Amino acid sequence: MPRRSRSRPEVVSNDVSNQALAPRQPTRRAFLQGAGTATAVALTIGFEWAASARRALATPAPAAGAPFAPNAFVRIGADNSVTVIAKHVELGQGAYTGIATVLAEELDADWSLVRVESAPADAKRYANLVFGTLQGTGGSSAMANSWAQLREAGGKARAMLLSAAAAAWHVPVAELTAQKSVVYHAASKRQASFGSLVAKASALAVPETVALKDPKDFKLIGQQLPRVDVAAKVDGSAQFTLDFTLPGMLVALLKRPPLFGATVSSFDATAASAIPGVVKVLQVPGGIVVVAKNFWAAKQGRDALRVQWDDTHAEKRSSAALMDEYRQLADKPALTARKQGDSAQAIGNAAHKLSASFEFPYLAHAPMEPLDAVVKLTASSCEIWAGDQFQTVDQMNAAKTAGLNPQQVSIHTLFAGGSFGRRANLSSDYIVEAVSIAKAYGADGTPIKLQWTREDDLHGGLYRPMYFHKLEAALSDKGELTGWRHVIVGQSIMADTMFAPIMIKDGIDSTSVEGAATIAYDIPNITVELSTTKNGVPVLWWRVVGSSHTAFAVEAFIDEVAHAAGADPFTFRRKLLEHEPRMKAVLELAAEKAGWGSGPLPKGKGRGIAVAQAFSTYVAQVAEVSVDESGHVKVDRVVCAVDCGTPINPDIIAAQMEGGIGFALGAVLYGAITLKDGRIEQDNFNSYRVLRMNEMPKVEVHIVPSTLPPTGVGEPGVAPLGPAVANAIFAATGQRIHVLPFPRPGVA
Amino acid sequence: MSTSFVLNGKPTTLDADPNMPLLWAIREIAGLTGTKFGCGMALCGACTLHLDGQAIRSCVMPLSSVAGRQITTIEGLQSKPAKAVQAAWIELQVPQCGYCQSGQIMSATALLEKNATPTDADIDGAMSGNICRCATYSRIRAAIHAAAQSIKA
Repeated sequence: MPRRSRSRPEVVSNDVSNQALAPRQPTRRAFLQGAGTATAVALTIGFEWAASARRALATPAPAAGAPFAPNAFVRIGADNSVTVIAKHVELGQGAYTGIATVLAEELDADWSLVRVESAPADAKRYANLVFGTLQGTGGSSAMANSWAQLREAGGKARAMLLSAAAAAWHVPVAELTAQKSVVYHAASKRQASFGSLVAKASALAVPETVALKDPKDFKLIGQQLPRVDVAAKVDGSAQFTLDFTLPGMLVALLKRPPLFGATVSSFDATAASAIPGVVKVLQVPGGIVVVAKNFWAAKQGRDALRVQWDDTHAEKRSSAALMDEYRQLADKPALTARKQGDSAQAIGNAAHKLSASFEFPYLAHAPMEPLDAVVKLTASSCEIWAGDQFQTVDQMNAAKTAGLNPQQVSIHTLFAGGSFGRRANLSSDYIVEAVSIAKAYGADGTPIKLQWTREDDLHGGLYRPMYFHKLEAALSDKGELTGWRHVIVGQSIMADTMFAPIMIKDGIDSTSVEGAATIAYDIPNITVELSTTKNGVPVLWWRVVGSSHTAFAVEAFIDEVAHAAGADPFTFRRKLLEHEPRMKAVLELAAEKAGWGSGPLPKGKGRGIAVAQAFSTYVAQVAEVSVDESGHVKVDRVVCAVDCGTPINPDIIAAQMEGGIGFALGAVLYGAITLKDGRIEQDNFNSYRVLRMNEMPKVEVHIVPSTLPPTGVGEPGVAPLGPAVANAIFAATGQRIHVLPFPRPGVA
Repeated sequence: MSTSFVLNGKPTTLDADPNMPLLWAIREIAGLTGTKFGCGMALCGACTLHLDGQAIRSCVMPLSSVAGRQITTIEGLQSKPAKAVQAAWIELQVPQCGYCQSGQIMSATALLEKNATPTDADIDGAMSGNICRCATYSRIRAAIHAAAQSIKA
């Protein structure tokens, strides 16, 4: 990992975090200052919680006058500060740093003066261009959709600063250059800081077009710039929703039904109300809520509640029974997601036929910060503070719940303590709960924080769906793959949501089949089919969405096919990827760096390979495992190659690959949410096990150089890890894995 | 009912339910929010702080049990190993979402305060109680080694 000695940039993560160490109880006025009215006062507050080296920057009295704000994405202060406004939430993926880098590059800003602030909820200015007209973060799209927009925003701001200097010095703008937030005129040896040009630049018209840099001139893009959020995440000052407070704020815990679809029949709040600190016990659409002066009182109150549930319409089946149903559906007619050639004939006439099935469990996201949101509701306004990932959708759902217009709902996006997809959901579950509680409380402006516990998180639904996959393949006498049939059975993530009209075509939810219907291998006859199930378990996308299961099925099965063909699993894949240069290149890079083919490993060790494309990013991984005599698996090393277009920050790309690998490894080793007669059997991290320090493999990341537009890195690193490890286990033991999570020695 | 103890070097008296977990007393009564809530059952380590120099899980420790004792949170870290750990965390760019990192840093600091040259096995032993869902584990390991080196230098 790289070492750094550069000065670190400033960060104002959002409109409230800058109060973290200054006023303990921030006022509403302070929020507005931070949020967008952009006074120099807000900038000063921002500096107060920074490291001492940066505090010096705040020493001069704040300059008077408005900053230069040529567009919705950047403000430059008279004090030289550069504030980049991030339309994407920072949930660990490095979006704040990437966004700031792209804009600062074209602006020629001094990186040490760059700060990041979260954008308000305003889809007109801050839509995710991949989502169309919605503001939100997901699908590893932050860099891809911001790239052109933020380069242009930075470039136009720079052009205006240069024009201001040209006018002041009466020289042609073509003779000016900019570097590290200073404009230079070499011939006359004049220079001016961006800050000194703010007033003049503000008076100029924004240019229609601007020439962007040649990638060879990039100074920040491609560098291992330090993250803008790390300093605050090392001294405890970074503010998450858990940490956010307002004067008079109450804390709410909601008792939800034990079965999905059950409702409150009756409840007795006597014991709960008697707990000191409990303020109100109320029925809301989601259950019974205890509103208290603090978490502990709310928790004790909730534990003391007596609720009778009506489970008439509840999902009461077990996940094992659902999987039995899926297994049978795999042999029944399904919808066709892809058809090329005639796979039935190819398989029917094949010299060698192979088949396998794969079972994938429900998975919880389990971000470290359990879901939480603060809501301040009045008759005419709804203010929300959350690690919000889907601002426009949350605004609409909050408005509907509160009986307001979306324009009356404002959202302050805070740091999110992880998400992995959970905080972006089309029902806005936790936001709607929080608003409904504030409404039931009286919508009197009392700020209320809804806090989930870990048990709430694991019981709360919106899981990665459970799936059953069945695959068949045909091999010719010469070992050529001539036919492929893939049947997927499981719930649709998009069904019954506002995205259904876009994402479900002819009954096929594209997120159910992505990575399978889009199989990259050159096979003459391919059929991919989907059987969509319905049940009462709420489901949601989970890191890398469809490829969290399809990549496993495809890459584990192609390994079986290669083995049956008597071919090396790497060369077998490579031969089928001649027409997919980027996929082939990452496969080759991972194999080369891992020493693929460098000779047999010792007994009990094995090497496996897998490759996937997700969100237009290509990732290949080689896993090396050790399996001891009792069957215990240790993943020793993972070599990862990634092609994500222009690498904006190689260290963040590496971090996302490392993290994706650890996240995926925990899931394939242990991850499963199971239902027994409708009840979730996992409660906390003892029964929903995730990866820990002692299980983390050594990871090496190799990035393919590229000048193509950037794609995302938050999710794709997850896709190939499971099959790479499963294939390595086969190499070590001769055992294939068809049921996830992996079997554990001594565990039935 | 009130409980008195030393919080980050300062004598502190908190008026709260003596059964309230230390985590919530420190967060909601004392107002120090660097220590996080992750599981409430001492399973994830997000709430790790130092009690008389030992790394403990504050989410299961009743407030009454710390009467008269010394508590250090992420906000009060002062020791040379602590500063070395925080510097290494920045150097190696450990955090992603950052939520678990206060707890990670408290566990790593407690380790280095007892063991100046931890092996990988020592790190596994001291750090496996701290979950990071972003899986920043390789960087945490590298940063602990780097901090140990910098203390020696």
